[in-house]
Amino acid sequence: MEKWLRSESVSKLADALLPVFAALAALAVGALMLLVLGANPFEAFGALLDGAFGSANSLADTVVKATPLLLIGLGICISFRGNVINIGGEGQMIIGALLATALGLAFPDWPGIVMIPLAMLAGFVGGAFWGGIPGALKAYFNVNEILSTIMMNAIAVQLMNFLLSGPMIDPVQAAKASQIPQTARLSTSFDLPRLIPTRLHLGAGIAVLLAILVYILLWRTTIGYRIRAVGQNRFASRYAGIDVKRQIVLALLLSGAFAGLAGAIQVFGINHRMITDGSATGFTGNAGFNGIVAALFGQLNPIGTIPAAFFFGALLVGANKLQRVMQVPSALITTINGLVVVFVVSSEKWRKTREQKRLTDMMAEIDGDPPPNPEKAVKEVGS
Amino acid sequence: MIEKFFTEAVLVGIIASGIRLATPYLYASIGETFGQRSGVLNLGVEGQMLLGAFAAFYVSLTTGNLWFGLLAAMLTGLIMGLGMAFVSINLQAVQGISGIGFYLFGLGLSDLLFQKLMGTVVTVSGFRPIYFPVLSDLPIVGQIFFNHNILVYGAYAMVFVAWFVLNKTTLGLKIKAVGESPEAADSLGVSVSKIRYLTISFGGMMSGIAGASLSIALLNVFQQNMTSGLGFIAVALVYFGGWRPIAVMGGALLFSMVNSLQLWVQVLNIPIPSDFAVMMPYVLTIIALVVTVQRVRPPSALTKPFERGH
Amino acid sequence: MKKIQKTLAMLLLVVLMISACGGAENEATVVEVPADIFKVAVVMPSAINDLAFSQSMYDALLAIQADTGADSFEIVYSEGMFIVDDAAAAIRDYASQGFDLVIAHGSQYGSSLQEIAPDFLETSFAWGTTVDTFGLPNIFAYEARAEEGGYVNGVMATMLSESAVIGVVGPIETGDAKLYVDGFAVGAAATDAGTEVNTNWIGSFSDVALASEAAQTHIGAGADVLTGTAQMVVGAIGAAEENGALWFGTQSSQSSLAPSIVVANQVYRWEVVLEDMIDLIHGGTYGGQSFEITLANGGLVIEFNGDYALPADVQSAADATIAGIIDGSISVFP
Repeated sequence: MEKWLRSESVSKLADALLPVFAALAALAVGALMLLVLGANPFEAFGALLDGAFGSANSLADTVVKATPLLLIGLGICISFRGNVINIGGEGQMIIGALLATALGLAFPDWPGIVMIPLAMLAGFVGGAFWGGIPGALKAYFNVNEILSTIMMNAIAVQLMNFLLSGPMIDPVQAAKASQIPQTARLSTSFDLPRLIPTRLHLGAGIAVLLAILVYILLWRTTIGYRIRAVGQNRFASRYAGIDVKRQIVLALLLSGAFAGLAGAIQVFGINHRMITDGSATGFTGNAGFNGIVAALFGQLNPIGTIPAAFFFGALLVGANKLQRVMQVPSALITTINGLVVVFVVSSEKWRKTREQKRLTDMMAEIDGDPPPNPEKAVKEVGS
Repeated sequence: MIEKFFTEAVLVGIIASGIRLATPYLYASIGETFGQRSGVLNLGVEGQMLLGAFAAFYVSLTTGNLWFGLLAAMLTGLIMGLGMAFVSINLQAVQGISGIGFYLFGLGLSDLLFQKLMGTVVTVSGFRPIYFPVLSDLPIVGQIFFNHNILVYGAYAMVFVAWFVLNKTTLGLKIKAVGESPEAADSLGVSVSKIRYLTISFGGMMSGIAGASLSIALLNVFQQNMTSGLGFIAVALVYFGGWRPIAVMGGALLFSMVNSLQLWVQVLNIPIPSDFAVMMPYVLTIIALVVTVQRVRPPSALTKPFERGH
Repeated sequence: MKKIQKTLAMLLLVVLMISACGGAENEATVVEVPADIFKVAVVMPSAINDLAFSQSMYDALLAIQADTGADSFEIVYSEGMFIVDDAAAAIRDYASQGFDLVIAHGSQYGSSLQEIAPDFLETSFAWGTTVDTFGLPNIFAYEARAEEGGYVNGVMATMLSESAVIGVVGPIETGDAKLYVDGFAVGAAATDAGTEVNTNWIGSFSDVALASEAAQTHIGAGADVLTGTAQMVVGAIGAAEENGALWFGTQSSQSSLAPSIVVANQVYRWEVVLEDMIDLIHGGTYGGQSFEITLANGGLVIEFNGDYALPADVQSAADATIAGIIDGSISVFP
C-alpha cells in the first residue's frame, strides 16, 4: 500500500467514500452501455442528478420515493437483527394499505385529524397481521419464512385484485362496462398534510421519527434486546430464559407492521385511492425489495437506513429522468440499478479489511497484541 | 360441481401439465439447492433465468440450432453464476442483497438486448415432444409421461443426478461439509471457496437451462420479464424441499399441479372468483408445509461468508 | 455506527455537489424549439414493442409522424411505467417541459392526472382507456370499444370451431380486456348458443408461462379455437400453434407470431382519435372531450391474416357483422 494511504485520516476518508466510488464504478459501466446505445453519458448523468435533486419538485419526488423504502427498511432492521428474513414487504404493504383504505372509505365523514392516525394504525395492524402469519408459521410449524413470505406476497396481490374489482370497487367504475379495479377517491380531508407546493407530505417526517424510535426500541429496550439476542444465538437465548418462538413472531410482526404503515402512507399521502394493474409493483413500486437493499446499505441500523433510503430513492427517481431525457430503453436503467447494488455491496469487504488493519496497527502500537475480530459479530447478523 | 374434476381428460390434463410446468422450477431449484447446501443463498436466480432464456432464444433464432441455443443459455448462466460466486466468496458481499442486484441486472440486460437485437416478439420452433414408439400411444400413461420434450425429461433426470451426487459421492459430502461447517471442512483440507465456486456456477448454469426450457422448449418466444417471478418461487421451493432434491421435486410438482388445477377450475366454470383460483398454489404450498411439520434445519453456514483463520 | 453515518453524509454531499453542476449543465443544453413542431410525450405501462396495448399507441404515433413528417411532429416516450408513482412523476415532468400533448396511456394513471392537469392548463393531456375527463378543460379521454371487435371475432370463432368449445385467456378482469372478452362471448352466443366459451383470467399481464398453460388447459378441455388479450398471450399463441388450434388476436396484429393459425386480429388505430385531438389543440381546445375508437370511425380494424385461408362463408359473416355493428343494427351490449 502507498505510504500516503497509511495516514489515518486519509485512510478513513477513503473508507468513507468507498460506497461512492463503488457507485461511480457501476455508473462508469453504465456509461459504457450508454455509449454503445449512442447516448452521451455526461448528459445522461447530468439528467439523473437533475431528476433527483434539480428542483424542489424533483427533490420532493426523491423524498417521496425514499419514504416507503425507509419504513420497510426499518422493519427489515428489526427482522434481520432477529435473524428472520422478511421478503414479504410487498404483500405486507398491500394488506396494510387495503385495511387503511377500507377504513377511510367506510367513514368518509370523520374529521381528518381522527381518521389519519386511525388509518395509519390500520396500516400498521394490517401489515403486522400479514407479517405475523409467516412469523407464527416459522415459530410453531417450522415453515421457512423466505418461502412463506414469497408465497404471501402472491396471495396479497390476488386479494387486492379481488377486493378492488369487487367489494371495494369505485361505484362509478362498477357502473361501467370496463370496470377499472380501483376504489373511490378517499375524502380530501384525509390527505396527509403537504409541504406546499410539492408532493412532499407528512409521511417522510413520520418515517424519520420512527427511525429514531426503532433505534431506541432495538438498543434501549428489553424487547429489542431479546429480539437481537435471539438473532445472535437462538440456543443461548433459550437457556437464558427468553421465549424464542415469541421473539420470532414479534420480529416478523413488527417488520410487517412497518411495511403496512408504508402502504397506508402511500395511499393517504400520494395516491388517495387504491388501484391495481394486476401486479404488486404497480402499487408498491418494488419498495418491498428496495427497502431490504436500503436497510442493508444502512448496516441494519435504523439511523443509517435514513440516508441509505434517500440515496436509493434519488437513484430511482433520477434514473427515470435519465430515461426521459435520453430516450434510452427503461431496461438500461434497471440494468444500471442492478450494477449499483452489486458494486456497492461488494465494496464493503475492502472497508472492513482496512478498518481491521487500522485497528491491528493501532493495537500493535499500544501493546503488541493482536486484537479480537470486531467485525465477526456484525457479519453473523448481516446474514 | 366437484365431480367435474373426476373425468379422465381433466385428471390427465392436470398431471401432464403439472409435470410440464414444473420443468423450469426443477432446473432452477436443483441448482439453488447445491448453492445453499454449500452455504450460499442466491436470490438472483430470476435474473440468471431471464438472461439464459434470452441467450437460448437469440442463438437458436440466429443459428437455427436449438442445441447451440441451449449451450448459450448454459454459458450465460455459468458466467452469471461466476459473477455471483466472485461477489459472494472473494468479496464476501451480503448474499441477500447481491442476489437482488444480479436479479435487477439480468432483468434489465435481457430486456435491453431483446430490444436492441430483436426489437419485437417473434417465435422460434423449439424442442418438440419426443415420440416414443408404442409408449407415447398408450392411453393415459402415454399422455402423462411420454409426450414431453427433451428438456422436461432432462429436468427430472437432474433431480436424481443431484440426489446421487449429494448423497452418494465424496463431492456431495464435501459440499455438505462446506455448508455445515466450513471451518471443519477447511481443516480437513477441503477448499471452501473451490467448492462454493463450483456449486454457485453450477447453479447459474442450471438457472440458464431453466430459462432456456421456457424460451426454446415450452413457450418458444422471448418477452421482457417473461419469467414473471418464477425464479423467486424456485428459491422458495428449495426451502419447501428442505434442501433435499427429491423433496424439492415434490414441492415443484405440487405447486405446478395445483397451478394447472386452478386453470381447470376456471375452464370448468366452477364459480370461484378467478383471483382466488390464482391464489391456490401459493396457499396450498404453505398449508402442505404446515400439515407435514418439517424437522429440517438449514445448512448452518448458509449466507455466512467464510474467511480462513477466523 | 458513527462511521456509517459519516460515510453516507459524505456521499450525500458529493452527490449534491455534482448535482449542482449537473443541473447547470443540463440547463445549458436546452435548445430552443421552433414553435411549429408539435411535441407529444407518451407514458406507457409496458414496452413499445409488446405486440399489445402499449405498442398500439406507439404505432399510432409513428403513423401520424409518418404523415406529417418528423420535422414537425416529435415523439418522446416513457415505457415500462407500471409503477403508478413513477408514471405520475413522468407526466408532471413532460408537462413542465412544455409538450403540446402528454398522453397517459393506462387507466391506472387517471388519479395522478386528475391532480397534475390543473397545474398545467396550457398543456393538453390525453388519458385512456376511459371516458372520464374529470370535467377538466385540458384532459381528453379515449377508449377502445374493444367489445365490437370481440363480437366479430366471437362470430368467426364460433363458426370455425368444430368442437363447439372456445377458450379465452385474459389477464385480470378489467378495462379493454374485459370489454373484449365480454364482447367475444356475446358474439359467440349470438352465433350459436350451444358453443361453450370458457374464460381463464390468469391474474397477470406478464406471466407468459401461465398464459401458455392456460391455453393448453383450454385445448385439453376440447377447445379448438382460442383468443386472448394483453401482452402475455404470446405464450398462449405458441401453445395454440403447437396443438393446431386457431387464434384470434386483439390490440395489435399478432399474425406474424403464428401465420398458420392466426385467423384475424382486432387492431387499434389510435391515430384516428389522436388526429382529432391534435386538430382541436391547434384550434385552442385543450380537452374536455372524450373519444372512442370504433369500427365505425375506423379506429378499430379487423385485420384478416392473409396467410390463413378463411372459408368464404365465415368471411362474409364477418363482413356482415362488421357492417351491422357500424350501421347500428347489431348492438353488442344492448
